[in-house]
Amino acid sequence: MSDKKNWPLWEIFVRSKNGLEHRHCGSLHAADEDMALENARDVYTRRSEGVSIWVVESKNITASNPENNGEMFEPAHDKVYRHPTFYDLPDEVKHM
Amino acid sequence: MSEEQIKNLETQFEARIARDEKIEPKDWMPEKYRKTHIRQMSQHAHSEIVGMLPEGNWITRAPSLRRKVALLAKVQDEAGHGLYLYSACETLGVSREELYEQLHSGKAKYSSIFNYPTVTWADMGAVGWLVDGAAIINQVPLCNTSYGPYARAMVRVCKEESFHQRQGYEIMIKLANGTPEQKELAQDALNRWWWPSLMMLGPTDAESIHTEQSMKWKLKRKSNDDLRQQFIDQTVPQAELIGLTIPDPDLKWNEEKGMYDFGEINWDEFWQVVKGHGPMNKERMKARVGAWEEGEWVRDAAMAYADKKRGQKQKQAI
Repeated sequence: MSDKKNWPLWEIFVRSKNGLEHRHCGSLHAADEDMALENARDVYTRRSEGVSIWVVESKNITASNPENNGEMFEPAHDKVYRHPTFYDLPDEVKHM
Repeated sequence: MSEEQIKNLETQFEARIARDEKIEPKDWMPEKYRKTHIRQMSQHAHSEIVGMLPEGNWITRAPSLRRKVALLAKVQDEAGHGLYLYSACETLGVSREELYEQLHSGKAKYSSIFNYPTVTWADMGAVGWLVDGAAIINQVPLCNTSYGPYARAMVRVCKEESFHQRQGYEIMIKLANGTPEQKELAQDALNRWWWPSLMMLGPTDAESIHTEQSMKWKLKRKSNDDLRQQFIDQTVPQAELIGLTIPDPDLKWNEEKGMYDFGEINWDEFWQVVKGHGPMNKERMKARVGAWEEGEWVRDAAMAYADKKRGQKQKQAI
């Protein structure tokens, strides 16, 4: 079968209820975005797991490379001053 | 990469798994890890898809609307489970087409249990109760497996699966408490499904070639024999409760060990079915390949329609 005939892959994001973010829950194949939405409803929300669905064709996602995790994320590790516990307060101050 | 570098990466990799860290799709992984996961996850997905066939057989003949909606929902769940697992499998860089091709050509296996026929309505009860019961025992430990997408798919599968077993057992309860003929149907179904369900938990530990590596990768948390014992110990009282007899004259409670002793499993039968000589192997593949081939024009039409719509949108944009 040629590539052209195969349904592309879509990533599915579901908001479980208002107030919460959309979360990635898996992927599926569909001919276009409308079918991706319909299939996502049947595959990922059969038990009222969602109130809103996003579909994104997988090829449109740019992901970071775990091999570069060092330079990507390590610079944050030594910046403890970004956390409240870095700062000394007298015990008398109960909440701040 | 030099051999030493690979060795180094492998050591780090094994250490991550030992620390209970999850492996995600783009992480470095040994080729064998990738291959083993593709094999196991795709087998699992294929089992869900082929597993729809023996039950689909009874949807139109379900004895009541209550039974029919339940069976429909169960079969639909199995399609869903197959899709979760295929998509998890695709994160390892294998395409859906390749996976289907492996199933249709016979290169990939699926659970042998689906090569047995469902000849009476009571089989819907026995399949839900025993086959899904054994599947749950197999699957629950996989919710903690090391490969992230597989573990996440299994969490969803396990959540949904428990209704499957309950609906099957409910069918058995009803039949076992019905007319003598109905009770006979239930007993007959138990007689036919009991041994294949025990085999479903895999060859004995002595014969199981993948166990050691799979344990390390948390693809397996308990051995086949332990899982089988767990299944027997949990199922025997359920049969007794509804007045059905497990078809094993050697089955008896072992006070000392705190578990059931049971009779010898006919492993020749198991390997015959695995090799394709079960009662329904040919029929199942024919149905599956037929559905795929006969659906081709629909898939093509959907793709052509999607292209046309995209073309129109582009034209409007100009």
